[in-house]
Amino acid sequence: MRVTVRLFARLRDLAGTGELVRDVPAPATVQTVWDGLTAEMPALVQYERLMSVAVNAEYARMSAAVQEGDEVAFLPPVSGG
Amino acid sequence: MTPVAVTAAPLDLPALTAEVASAAGDGAIATFTGLVRAHNQGRTVRFLEYEAYEPLAVRALLRIVEEAREAWPGVRVGIHHRVGRLEIGEASVVIAAASAHRGDACAACRYAIERVKQIVPVWKHEHFEGGEVWLEGATADPDDEEARRAALKIACA
Repeated sequence: MRVTVRLFARLRDLAGTGELVRDVPAPATVQTVWDGLTAEMPALVQYERLMSVAVNAEYARMSAAVQEGDEVAFLPPVSGG
Repeated sequence: MTPVAVTAAPLDLPALTAEVASAAGDGAIATFTGLVRAHNQGRTVRFLEYEAYEPLAVRALLRIVEEAREAWPGVRVGIHHRVGRLEIGEASVVIAAASAHRGDACAACRYAIERVKQIVPVWKHEHFEGGEVWLEGATADPDDEEARRAALKIACA
């Protein structure tokens, strides 16, 4: 099934893009999507224990289920304000 | 004007203040303006570029407004965060908190900026003399009660 991956800030810079579409085997979790992404781009792995994740623009956990068409976002530590 | 916003337009604190104010019941309105600083960690800053995951940032701001209302019943909080390129001295975030009492207004305002720094998906890309760097602070987790208690403690200090 197909999901949209969103990357922000330094994760976006490391990947060279802020949005990509990937096929993942069902049933999938956020972790499945992340594992596919880091297999493709090992430089991202350094963020695994630092980042937050979101599914369809709601904060989620790595264990959250992902459905066809979902938007999965990986977020470095935030620095707003 | 809505109580929370993520926008590329210059921020308007008077308009936000008017949005949270209620004519009859308020005894106090506390406001906060965050500015782009010329120096950071020994570096001379040229300008900042702010990036946001906008739909989630708006939801996180709404959550903070709700949290403040739970902690200080009757308080109304508005938060607008800017994105895009900001020059030194420009406002990056404005907050207004209206309440019947000054203590609650000040505490809710302080709480809101602490929570913005904890859970709103916004990032600063600092362009300084000699390079650029993504600033990274807190790992955002709205369900982290320890972080929320820390923000409450600072607000009520």
